[in-house]
Amino acid sequence: MDSQGEHISNQFDLELDNLKTLLLEAGGLVERQLAKASYSLLEYDTSVAQKVVDCDDEIDSLECKIDESAHLIIAKRQPTAKDLRLVLTIIKTIRDLERMGDESSKIAKMAIRLSEETESRIGFAEFRRISERVQSMVKSCLDAFARSDVAAAVEVAKEDSTVDMEYASAMRALITYMIEDQRSITRVLNLLWALRALERIGDHARNIAEQVIYLVNGTDVRHSNIEDFVVSVNKTD
Amino acid sequence: MIDHNTNLGESARITDDAARLVPSLDISAVLSDKREETENLRECFTVEGLNLFYNPNIHALKNIDLTIPDKCVTAFIGPSGCGKSSLLRCFNRMNDMVDGCRMEGKISLKGQDINASTMDAIALRTAVGMVFQKPNPFPKSIYENVAFGLRLHGMKKKRQLDEVVENALISAGLWEETKDRLSDNALKLSGGQQQRLVIARSIALQPEVLLLDEPASVLDPISTLRIESLIHELKRDYCIVIVTHNMQQAARVSDFTAFMNMGELIEFDSTDIIFTKPSLRETEDYITGRYG
Repeated sequence: MDSQGEHISNQFDLELDNLKTLLLEAGGLVERQLAKASYSLLEYDTSVAQKVVDCDDEIDSLECKIDESAHLIIAKRQPTAKDLRLVLTIIKTIRDLERMGDESSKIAKMAIRLSEETESRIGFAEFRRISERVQSMVKSCLDAFARSDVAAAVEVAKEDSTVDMEYASAMRALITYMIEDQRSITRVLNLLWALRALERIGDHARNIAEQVIYLVNGTDVRHSNIEDFVVSVNKTD
Repeated sequence: MIDHNTNLGESARITDDAARLVPSLDISAVLSDKREETENLRECFTVEGLNLFYNPNIHALKNIDLTIPDKCVTAFIGPSGCGKSSLLRCFNRMNDMVDGCRMEGKISLKGQDINASTMDAIALRTAVGMVFQKPNPFPKSIYENVAFGLRLHGMKKKRQLDEVVENALISAGLWEETKDRLSDNALKLSGGQQQRLVIARSIALQPEVLLLDEPASVLDPISTLRIESLIHELKRDYCIVIVTHNMQQAARVSDFTAFMNMGELIEFDSTDIIFTKPSLRETEDYITGRYG
């Protein structure tokens, strides 16, 4: 992890390390949930899908633990500068991770619904492609946090635009399909909800990446163009 | 002269809020959030119905009921003049030295009444060490500062003295900085070092309790953090009670916090609770800086 010097108080270091560890634990859980949810949809595996749904509580309870620990650190340690940005980043990131967990759970629920209908692979190619891209984004944004890696975070933020475009394109294709074959509407809608959940997860990964940039640089790049940020960083090098 | 009048009836006038919050002698009731940690906590000091008067007219402490747990750090916070140092000085009977000071009520150290006629005040003050705001090393060498008390207690053998002095300085985090200059005058040390030396001096006598009266308030921020880090280490072996006017220090360093105001104990709870969701508005106003 980030190589800042230690605090004079070992306790403070321990508390911050514990908080980071909890966050990365939640991150790992989310990665596994997303992978399993995608698998369960593409392979019509309802038992895996059900496990994803049941497991969502674990992420929720990690969110509560992390919020409480962060609350105590702010109250008792009065963190400043990078320590404060770290605690604030973690508070926001766990929120994004918890939402990612919910979206993965939605994908699993759609997998269960799809399995109740006649088997079809319509839209599966699009789903697989976007899922792989989003899973890679989730892994990268968590790695970027663990290593305080701004460059990696910037790549994740850029990747989200690609996901958005692919999602829009998939939606157009599937809407066309629904118009042509109205018997497919229920099935295609379920798949569209699953694709929407993936697109949302991509947005949350982007949020986490923006938080990492804030953590390391102190620059708030939310709601602004990531290219402008890259240009400004390159200017100062 | 101390009047050990223990008649509480005349001085008890407890409001509803205070009655709700007068800490029960059962610490675990206060700490429902930390079940596994509280199960192993023992009581160190028990204060029952304590009233303290300076002259007949100044009622400095009003009906204090409190239990201080062992092997923990308890902080007393509150505005100037609230009675926190007066309360601290009750625990080692330093108030005996104050003319006209009178105490009512009972204070027990691990079950023994510290004001009983059978209690030796000198022995008590060995078991209950005290560190003051202004570091007060003796004008002797670093070695002699620690060895002095040991010799008073009958330790004579040089090898034994050397060993105890070294261990005390190690425990106080001062050994590495002083091992090559133990014969230097202690007054040459920096403020933070002098304070750690005073702590070493107390630890050498194997106390059960360390009372710290604003131990870092005249020190620079780095020395302060070092002292706080040391306190964290020491609580493994001692009951520590610290008076501080620096709320943030209380938040950083203590496990339990007692908030006092105008001679009364307003609220006592785990530090986590006091600084995140205190029960009383008065406590919250103080810690959020809305006081006054």
